[in-house]
Amino acid sequence: MSRRVALEASHAVAEAVKMADVDVISAYPITPQTHIPERLAEMVANGELQASYIPVESEHSALSACLGSVAVGARSFTTTASQGLELMHEVVYVGSSMRLPMVMVVCNRSLSAPISVWGDHSDVMSCRDTGWIQVFCENSQEAFDMTIWGYRVAEDKQVLIPVMVNLDGFTLSHVTEPVFLPEQSQVDKFLPGFKFPYALNPDKPMTHGGLGPPDIYTEAKVAQEVALRKSKSVILQAWKEFGDIFGRHYSPVEQYRTAGAKTLLLTLGSYSETAKITIDERRAKGESVGLIRLRLWRPFPYDEFRQAVKGAETLIVFDRSISFGMGGPVFSEAKSALYAENPRPKIAGLIGGLGGRDMSVEDFGYVLDRGKEIAEKGSDSMIDVVGVRGEMIKA
Amino acid sequence: MAEKKLKTAYDYRWMDMEVGSIITEPGNASARKTGDWRSDRPIVDREKCIKCGFCWLYCPDAAIKRLDDGYYEPDLYYCKGCGICASVCPKKAITMIEEVEE
Repeated sequence: MSRRVALEASHAVAEAVKMADVDVISAYPITPQTHIPERLAEMVANGELQASYIPVESEHSALSACLGSVAVGARSFTTTASQGLELMHEVVYVGSSMRLPMVMVVCNRSLSAPISVWGDHSDVMSCRDTGWIQVFCENSQEAFDMTIWGYRVAEDKQVLIPVMVNLDGFTLSHVTEPVFLPEQSQVDKFLPGFKFPYALNPDKPMTHGGLGPPDIYTEAKVAQEVALRKSKSVILQAWKEFGDIFGRHYSPVEQYRTAGAKTLLLTLGSYSETAKITIDERRAKGESVGLIRLRLWRPFPYDEFRQAVKGAETLIVFDRSISFGMGGPVFSEAKSALYAENPRPKIAGLIGGLGGRDMSVEDFGYVLDRGKEIAEKGSDSMIDVVGVRGEMIKA
Repeated sequence: MAEKKLKTAYDYRWMDMEVGSIITEPGNASARKTGDWRSDRPIVDREKCIKCGFCWLYCPDAAIKRLDDGYYEPDLYYCKGCGICASVCPKKAITMIEEVEE
């Protein structure tokens, strides 16, 4: 039977890594991810976890070391945030393109300048196109579950793509809340040992990471894109089996009080819990509102997303980062996913929660009200940002 | 060694690609004639050559061949014209001349 214990989300991730029985941990500490490698280092030092802990000198090396360890067939883990993710950026592409399955937990944090150690989604949005399977977590339980699940999906022979598990810095990474910890036997049943079919082996020489001149690169990239899109069926199957074993059921797009809702709010990550309180309050007043949350971000869950917004009159997308020169990245993608739909909802995008700025229940009320207004009449602001001081200049 | 027929890039469609573009045939680089990258060509002067083998040893590819008579000769299908052989030759028996279109 599972035990219900109070755990900080970061420590829940560390427990998941331990129960996944990883062989190699290679990580560099950075706020707000620090508690994860710190706890894992402790586990390795005191013998709780039999693994190699590589104290690397940078995030670029952290992920590079994992690429090497996965290539020889070792289950590997790294974790980072913000500037660390940016420093390892080129290796992020290499890992997915070489199809080296592993799990990386990112405690989402803003990017410099000005220096900010607080949370938003700027870091991960720079990794949208890196070819990793990406999920966003809402709470500690989900952070634990997605870490275990991540290995199962990444290592599936039909997938072999690394998985990035996103949790909001501080507002999730540092939150202590009850988590159900399963029995080791349950985890072992769900997650068999790692058998990498392309593990480097002197008896059967092969080359990883060769040259791809113009006459082969196109074929390589198409094969990679097809593999990422096709991973969706394994993602769904793994969530189904996860539900069967652990009793918690996950889907690519979470729907909260969406039945018959005329207005839908789209969110990612931990701020969704606050937004849900706003939805409850509005529902109590008789407003026809609901919330959808993208758990799966890559591969983008087109079918589930379109299904979730079907019948809604208005969709309001809340972004926690800015794609400079364009606006909210989630807004942009949601809009493009709905372009060919008929009928399709009117859509509005608002940005907020940048660099750790709090979003209260009232703030999400503003998002709903202003979003509906923009969806109806359009916006004459260059960009709509919750709570920004100073009158916004015209578009 | 018998010539082995190796696949070239054009034998692959996207669905034929190995996972992660892994190369499962060791040594398949020899199927790719890379000599056309060269802009300078090494010329060996046999009058000066003392068969020391420095050029063969220092070549960063494997483009210097040892011939049966003990002399060394660049394999122009693979030589990229870096000039290291000419640079390390103790007798200055190798000169680099510019490739010209024929």
